[in-house]
Amino acid sequence: MATLFEGFTLCGLVQTSSASDSAIQGIELDGDSDHAVVTDSTRAVTLYKVSDQKPLGSWTVKQGQLLTCPAVFNFQTKEYVVVSDNKVIRVWKEEDLNLDKAFKATVSADVWRVHSAPGGELVVLFQRGAVRLLDSLLSAPQQPIEGILSEKEVIRWSTNIVAEKQHFVLFTTEQRGEHFLYVQRLNPNTLQKYRLEREDSGASPLSFSASLRDKHINLLYLYPNGCVYQSVVAVRGPVGLEGVQALPRSLRLRLPVGEGELGAASAVALDEAHVAVVGMPHPSARTGKDFLCIWNTNFQTLQAEILRIVWCYLGKLFVPHGKALSVIPYECQKSSLASALGKLRHPGIAVSKSSVAIPSWNTLLHGDQPQGPTKIVDTRKSVLTVVHLQPLQTGPVEEVRREVEALVSRGDAQDLQLSVGRLACQLVARSQVETAFYAPGALARLVQTQCLCHSMCPDLLLLALEHKDYFLCQLCLQLFPDIPEVVTCACLKTFIGNEVLQTPYSDNLLVPHLKDLNAPQVILFLQYLQFIYLKYSQDVYTQTPVLRSPTMTQIIDWVCLLLDAHFTVLVMAPDAKGLLSNLQSFVKSQVKLFSELGKIEGSLQELHKMKPSKDISQYSIEVIELF
Amino acid sequence: MGEFKVHRVRFFDYMPTAIRAMAFNAHTERLALARMDGSVEIFNFTDHYFQEKVIPGKDSRSIESLCWVGGRLFSAGLNGEIAEYDLENLRPKYSLEAYGGPIWTIISNTQGTQLAIGCEDGTVKLFEVLEEHIQFERNLDRQKGRIISLSWHPSGTHIAAGMMDMIRVFDVPTGHAVQRLLVDRGFGGSKSRETVVWSVAFLSDHTVVSGDSAGKVQVWDGHTGTLVKTHLVTKWDVLALSVSKDESSVVAGTSEGTVIQFQFIAPTLHQQQDKEWVRTRTFKNHTHDVRALAEIETAIVSGGMDTHLVVRPLLEKFDENIEMAGFDPVLLLFFPQRNLVSCAKKAGLLLFQFPGQLELWRLGDSDEHGKPGDRLPLKRKPEKLLLLKRKGEDHICCSALSSCGGWLAYSTVSSVLYTLHTSSASPRTPPRCLLPPANHQSSLLLLPSLSASMCTPSSPSQVSGSSNMSPQLGCSSLENHRFLLQPIHLMTTSGDGKWLAAANSDCEIHVYNLQKLKLHCIVPVYGSCPSAMGIHPTTNNMTVVHADQQLFEYSIVEKQYTDWSRKLQKQGLHNVWLDRDTPVTHVTFNSKNPNQVVLHDMHMFCIIDQSLPLPDQKTQFYNQMTLRSLSEQERPSHLHAFKICKTFQDLLCVSLLDDQSLVVVERPLLAITSQLPAPVRQKKFAT
Repeated sequence: MATLFEGFTLCGLVQTSSASDSAIQGIELDGDSDHAVVTDSTRAVTLYKVSDQKPLGSWTVKQGQLLTCPAVFNFQTKEYVVVSDNKVIRVWKEEDLNLDKAFKATVSADVWRVHSAPGGELVVLFQRGAVRLLDSLLSAPQQPIEGILSEKEVIRWSTNIVAEKQHFVLFTTEQRGEHFLYVQRLNPNTLQKYRLEREDSGASPLSFSASLRDKHINLLYLYPNGCVYQSVVAVRGPVGLEGVQALPRSLRLRLPVGEGELGAASAVALDEAHVAVVGMPHPSARTGKDFLCIWNTNFQTLQAEILRIVWCYLGKLFVPHGKALSVIPYECQKSSLASALGKLRHPGIAVSKSSVAIPSWNTLLHGDQPQGPTKIVDTRKSVLTVVHLQPLQTGPVEEVRREVEALVSRGDAQDLQLSVGRLACQLVARSQVETAFYAPGALARLVQTQCLCHSMCPDLLLLALEHKDYFLCQLCLQLFPDIPEVVTCACLKTFIGNEVLQTPYSDNLLVPHLKDLNAPQVILFLQYLQFIYLKYSQDVYTQTPVLRSPTMTQIIDWVCLLLDAHFTVLVMAPDAKGLLSNLQSFVKSQVKLFSELGKIEGSLQELHKMKPSKDISQYSIEVIELF
Repeated sequence: MGEFKVHRVRFFDYMPTAIRAMAFNAHTERLALARMDGSVEIFNFTDHYFQEKVIPGKDSRSIESLCWVGGRLFSAGLNGEIAEYDLENLRPKYSLEAYGGPIWTIISNTQGTQLAIGCEDGTVKLFEVLEEHIQFERNLDRQKGRIISLSWHPSGTHIAAGMMDMIRVFDVPTGHAVQRLLVDRGFGGSKSRETVVWSVAFLSDHTVVSGDSAGKVQVWDGHTGTLVKTHLVTKWDVLALSVSKDESSVVAGTSEGTVIQFQFIAPTLHQQQDKEWVRTRTFKNHTHDVRALAEIETAIVSGGMDTHLVVRPLLEKFDENIEMAGFDPVLLLFFPQRNLVSCAKKAGLLLFQFPGQLELWRLGDSDEHGKPGDRLPLKRKPEKLLLLKRKGEDHICCSALSSCGGWLAYSTVSSVLYTLHTSSASPRTPPRCLLPPANHQSSLLLLPSLSASMCTPSSPSQVSGSSNMSPQLGCSSLENHRFLLQPIHLMTTSGDGKWLAAANSDCEIHVYNLQKLKLHCIVPVYGSCPSAMGIHPTTNNMTVVHADQQLFEYSIVEKQYTDWSRKLQKQGLHNVWLDRDTPVTHVTFNSKNPNQVVLHDMHMFCIIDQSLPLPDQKTQFYNQMTLRSLSEQERPSHLHAFKICKTFQDLLCVSLLDDQSLVVVERPLLAITSQLPAPVRQKKFAT
């Protein structure tokens, strides 16, 4: 389960002339895990203490000079290194006040980036693809620098990785619409060139991210059509292979991007299972709204979402957003189906419902055909024609309902999955724009197909709440396996039902949101829980399993959670007194019961053990086989 | 290897009796152990705790206490007699009325010159130990109340005596009581009851340690007669105490089944001089009273009402790596390491030996066939053919059944040897004595298969045999040319009746030619006692298994070890085999397949197929489960010679009948436990 914690602003940003350019060139780590070196797009390098949101030092170059590469920290010499005007390398220490008085060296070719990593030496990557260790470069700054890249081939992105005492510089280039990955090993120096597979649309990757796992370099790249691909390069790669090799890729994630394409976006792998994606317009979001999402690639579930991203270090995401640089701590727990889906719902329901929604995702993405991605594109095209039906966009409610009914009744399972999702998103988007338009019947029909889940259309449930359409709400609560806790609580504020109690949730995520409830709501809810508990415990033996009724365990869990979240408030509230004392006496009796049961547990176990021994008689003829 | 029909027999209601007393001889490292039925067992602690000798019990004999004087073993009991044992002939040498009423305890001084006994009438009697006898010397001052326990000060000048409500310290030269230590009674309702000082220990520094019926272990100053420290360790009785040789540790056994260790150590690291007796560890290996205890160099040995002997090694005296290996070091000795079951392989009969009777059973039968794991429906149930009660007070010490099932024989220590013809055709003849009176003591019986001849080792140096089983039997004895000191504890004959092998507790194995009535050869002596042996019916190769689990095969005809045996010794037995803690007690053979040898110990039986490769150390030793999971084609490459089956547990006998079915006699420990009297204190759950 990935969680984004509340973010905070590290510093304000100067607006640059063009909106697409970020005001920040780069953020790098210092020797201290709590420090961040922020290089802005013009002249200044600032060192921040992140937890205090306080600058510790700032260095600027003279007017007229320009920083052309983010400042990096040399972990071995505890010095900072930056490049100004492409050719001038500057080295200084934290105590140096003036950058102009610091060490300077002018090199003979344009520098693309200086890369630093803990445990590795600083590496300079030149714009023509040559790589030098900073030390050796500074010892002879004017040494000739060879050109590796061909004419018109330009570096798009670069990084470095230190693995098993091996130092790598990775960079991608673009040449006439073709994209290449260069892997430069240092000591001994070898260079390997890979060609990235062309995307059908011919689009260029929007962002790259590389990470090291299990002695392999994982390269993650995002295309404007929402596909996130992963390629793996072995650390101990083939040595001495000449020429350009094709780099195989696998689809990790397909983001729902709607019809448009992503403008500017970036994907970062957080760990094996989680990918953070930024800048993508969410399918149901209004235009111009940016999101930060963490996706679980194993289960293709949306884990958390807010706004944008650029850098990610040590459990923190650094996001330049609007006029400020935000820091958002995050946490990715070990991925499991249970944590991805939250606490399981009532088993009887869970099997029938969720099993429909989840596996169909899998069959879609990794399913029967090996060429999954291309196949999906085809399907999508066919769906697009369906979805573009005019009535959905402009027609009245009744017509929409009929169309939806017709669509739902004819589509086959795979098609349905996608088209239903898109249809729901469109209807919701339309409702959000046209306040007069609301199609409860059509939406309910879509939800009832059981092909929809919250991740696909996050605004649906909120829309239903807004319109006080409790029937649709209940339907969603029953059928969606992945409703975020915050939405569950929102539902709870407006109505109490069986259904809310049965939604899956994770304790530690739900409690903060439960705190949003006010005292009368909590008391009412507790009373309700107590009522159904008593009702159940009276006829616990005669109770027949009723569909959509919460189990005892679910009731008790909710009582515990509510008390956890609001205990101090409840203790102070006079009208909660009776309720609390009732609950207390109930707990007491339960504790007593269980302690009594605990006492006889041993005896019961002995009884259990005694059974097989009775089975063996005084004499028997048995057959055994020896080999 | 194939399928076997197994007769799983659980109707042998063998019931060991409670352990009453124990004495450890540190010099020879032998442990003598007395049971409630008056039997005495000797364990050799240098040879894998092998049960070397057993002196059978007797109805009238009761042993309260055992005592070693050098290599001589004495006992005293509530029948008022002191007995010395003949460890060569395995019977009491003589017994002596002490004229003091029931005797509670017997001890010797460290010099081994005197014995002291504590009597019901309140006297402590001293006996002088002579070469061949003991002689009454004098009484110490007579006290009111019985003398329950005694301990001699290592210097020999003083004796501490545990009595009712008090401990007395005697000055031995004068015979006067010099100290009187009053022992408190228990609390509450037990206040009115006298406290019995069950055990005392007198240390070199004149410290007296006592254990009593109020649950206290108390430390006294023997010079001043003052109480130094009281440890209340149980609500019930502290029954036994034992002091380590260096006097740094005392263990106490309680009615709760616990053994509690006290150590003489400094309570804090800084004051190494101020040592005191501190309770350190508690061991719980018993369910009932711990009546007998011995703290030896490396272990605590305990026994009691629950009948098993526990050897609990003190781990700090061992290598650390034993602990590392997660090896459970507690050794529990449950069953006698000799045969109580005889099997007639041809007739499918079983003879069970109890101390007081013999039972002859016919195995059941089934026509059905089944697949492995099945239990077959019975056509005929097992049938008890004969119940033979012994005569006289002496317990049965050995019994044998001929393989045709027609003859059985048994013997007691002092009285006659009886045989019985059991063929159903003739009316059952009363048991009759078949051996001349000169040969009346025997500890071992054997009825060879072919002829109805019978072999019995009668005296240490002799093996006697009688043949033809008729009243006019020819009786012959095999004189041994060598002078043997130790009794024969194992015997076996070849299938054709030509060879007889006999092993004694000096680890010697002699092979006799029964036709010539002469010693044929002596098997090279190996350093561990043979625990089981058998002569192959067709090859006349003798398989010998020793207490340390080593396995040899010796060709009697060629008078040398066989090639297979040499190969086995060269390669070495698998560590898993060597690490087992119970000895092999039976060796039998498959008459249809000469390559197969059947062995068993308490926890498994093993069929050795000599045609298969031997396992090396890297081989998975217990591989039956693996083999089962493999396909037919893969199996042959994984086979090795030792086929071990652990399906059956607590085994007393495993034998292969002539119809190729196995007989497995189990005596589940749970069944033994369920027949024990309730322990004094049943621990309740959650209390």
